[in-house]
Amino acid sequence: MLNRANIAAQWAGWSEKVGRARAATRPFRKRIAMFFAIVGPGLIVSNVDNDAGGIYTYAQAGAQFGNTVLWTLIPMTLVLYVSLEMCSRLGAYTGKGLSDLIREEFGFRVTFFLMAVVLIVNLGNVMAEFTGVFWATDVLGINRYVSVPLAAVLVWVLVVQGSAKWVERIFLTICIVYFSYVISAFLAKPEWLIALLHLLPPQLLQFVPNIKPFVEVPKFDATYAVIVAGLVGTTIAPWQHFYLQAAVVEKRVGPRQYGHTRNDVLVGSISCMVIVFFIIVCTAATLHVKGIYHIDNAGTAALALKPLAGKGASVLFAIGLLNASVFAASILPLSTAYVVCEALGFESGIDRKFGEAKIFYGLYTALIILGAGLVLFLGAHANTILLWSQVLNGFLLPVVLIFILILVNRRDLVGDKVNSPGFNWVAWISTAAMILLTVVVAYTSLHDLFHW
Amino acid sequence: MDLYATELMGAKAYDVGGHYVGRVREFFIEPAEAPNRVSHYLLSRGHFQPLVAKHNQVASVAAGKLELNVSERALELYRPNESWLAVQKDLLDQQIIDTRGRKVVRVNDVDLTPFRTNGNVELRLSQVDVGLAGAVRRLLQGVVPPKVVRKLQSKLPQGAIRWEFVNLVEPDPMRRLKLRITHEKLEDLHPADIAEIMEDLSAAERQGIIASLDEETAAAVLAELDERLTTQIVEKLDPEKAADILEEMAPDAAADLLGDLSKETSEELLHEMPGQEADEVRELLEFDPATAGGMMNTDFAFVGEGSTRDEVLEWMREQEFNLDQLDTIVLLDSLAQFSGTISVARLLLAAGDQRMTELKMEPLLSLSPNADDKEVFELFDKYNLRMLTVVDKEKRPIGAITVDDVVSSLLK
Repeated sequence: MLNRANIAAQWAGWSEKVGRARAATRPFRKRIAMFFAIVGPGLIVSNVDNDAGGIYTYAQAGAQFGNTVLWTLIPMTLVLYVSLEMCSRLGAYTGKGLSDLIREEFGFRVTFFLMAVVLIVNLGNVMAEFTGVFWATDVLGINRYVSVPLAAVLVWVLVVQGSAKWVERIFLTICIVYFSYVISAFLAKPEWLIALLHLLPPQLLQFVPNIKPFVEVPKFDATYAVIVAGLVGTTIAPWQHFYLQAAVVEKRVGPRQYGHTRNDVLVGSISCMVIVFFIIVCTAATLHVKGIYHIDNAGTAALALKPLAGKGASVLFAIGLLNASVFAASILPLSTAYVVCEALGFESGIDRKFGEAKIFYGLYTALIILGAGLVLFLGAHANTILLWSQVLNGFLLPVVLIFILILVNRRDLVGDKVNSPGFNWVAWISTAAMILLTVVVAYTSLHDLFHW
Repeated sequence: MDLYATELMGAKAYDVGGHYVGRVREFFIEPAEAPNRVSHYLLSRGHFQPLVAKHNQVASVAAGKLELNVSERALELYRPNESWLAVQKDLLDQQIIDTRGRKVVRVNDVDLTPFRTNGNVELRLSQVDVGLAGAVRRLLQGVVPPKVVRKLQSKLPQGAIRWEFVNLVEPDPMRRLKLRITHEKLEDLHPADIAEIMEDLSAAERQGIIASLDEETAAAVLAELDERLTTQIVEKLDPEKAADILEEMAPDAAADLLGDLSKETSEELLHEMPGQEADEVRELLEFDPATAGGMMNTDFAFVGEGSTRDEVLEWMREQEFNLDQLDTIVLLDSLAQFSGTISVARLLLAAGDQRMTELKMEPLLSLSPNADDKEVFELFDKYNLRMLTVVDKEKRPIGAITVDDVVSSLLK
């Protein structure tokens, strides 16, 4: 018979002999896994930006003013990055969502009214997305009474039935379709060098002797200001900030992983602007140079591309628009329901079952049904829907930015990760500029709407 | 009749002579004195320094009105006190743990029950309101008369948590001590529930909870927690405390945790742990987590195959096994090589002098530590295993994979 002491003696040498070969590979594999676990929210949030309202505005800007609006992209990237970075920092260092923080620091009533506004504004945004679906499928020759309800059901099922991870992966994969804009732009054969040159303000370029002949200088008037305001308004939307911070918290990003997230936000902001660059260049090279200055809707932009760049570009444009709209239509209602429920203390999250989070799923469903339904009902006034959703976004954005700025400067919340003085300057000036632009765009929108 | 915090906030206070003193802007509980009694009322009077009324200076309380039994002169000036729990600032809108419902909720309002004692009225905090009724009250407070609000809310679903089931969350350890916040109530919950609660809180709050749990519970909670959070928590813990917690963990769970930390931190923690435990964990750390070696636990029961059932039982009684987890025992032959396994149920039913060789389970399964996780899953699925032995090149058992290890790596 064998006793324990005997075994222990025979045992002694074993640990030396057991394989160590794999130890070396571990850190590298882990680092890759870490990057993929954390990459995403920033990329998603900036790319959902290129939605129906966005494409409409970019295409309109390109058609109306050609390359002369391109210079706004660089400052816009900066503002987008600065504002999103603050949210991701708040999320990583407090571990709380933006709406939670507002509730805890500013009380119930402030939060309630803010959430009510968020709900209305985002319903407008959802409607804008379904308008995008409606236009894109129009171009592809599908009846809107088929396509819009179908998209609504698809979006609902995708999010409610899929697990969170699975849904996010699908969205990330679909992001690749954005390259159809790039292909469209190449098929349109624009003057690339001149377009790149216009990334610098033409107001300055015209004083450089050898470059002057290639530079188009825009006339600064009300219509130009509205387009610039529209560009900013559609690129930097309030809901993005709520979504990003919630995603950062949900992904368990802490101080140590924060660097990855900041890079993700940076890559997201830049890639978003690269896409915008291609859309504007594409429309400038096709429509603007041929004297087509006005686009009734993004679908017209696709149609307008047909004779100029062949049938392929038009279909691509429509697919891109459809993808962008469905993508945004699935993220917007979800993030809205999430944010509102978190702030008001209802159970939320797609990881919960229907019975556990009734209000959450109810809100989510209502946003999709109302959004899609109203678009079908108000189909003829689609332009007005887009316009209003942007105006409302514009009103809400400065308010949200001010909340963010107050919170991110609170030492008791984020410790020594408060904004540096320089960062604060950039952020406050951006906020002030945005308020100014909002006033301009609000004034002109109301002006147009009521024919003052 | 019960009173709500929202009805008391902003209430006008009058002294014994009926003179207006100020408005109630905040009220406090002093947990060191009484766990739920409202001990102080803060009375603000415009730009004058606010006064504070003590619980025994209050003659009556009603919605919107507070009467004192002393004159204004008897009141003291307000000085902030860290050991007072401020209902508005520390409780309303903040997250608390509902220890009975086992989840994190946000406070909408607070219910107060008046108690008449000799000549004064004391308010005691009876429950916190987390439902829709409280939310509506907060929204309409000061805009619509309280009577109307009361009528309205009676039709709304109530959601209240009794104060004794409320566990406050306070990240600052000093404040926690002053407010007498403990997490004793949490320790009665299942570690998996505590882990889920912690996932809903902020980083600082999680840290506070882990720091105040006893090591055994903390270890069990860390093993259940989302691994991305575990590393964040352990990194910030005092190394000595972290090592104590790691010691309580099963070696494979400890190795998983340490593997996610930076090399310096993990070395530091291993250094703090007692030699034998640290060695076991070190050995496990050598394996890739997606292999049999990375999934296995070095803590397993093994006996010689020639021993009888009675001998084995006697020996087992002397050991400190985690009996809830133990269901399979590894058998060794005379060369200390793996010779099979036997389930505890078979052992239970066997005769006292039966030898282990006769009870051995078929088929004879074992795996090398380098086998990848898919192979492990397949074996568990095919043979309905609850435990699988991992052996080295000399066929000596070096660890065991149990079904819970398989489940948790499948879910990753």
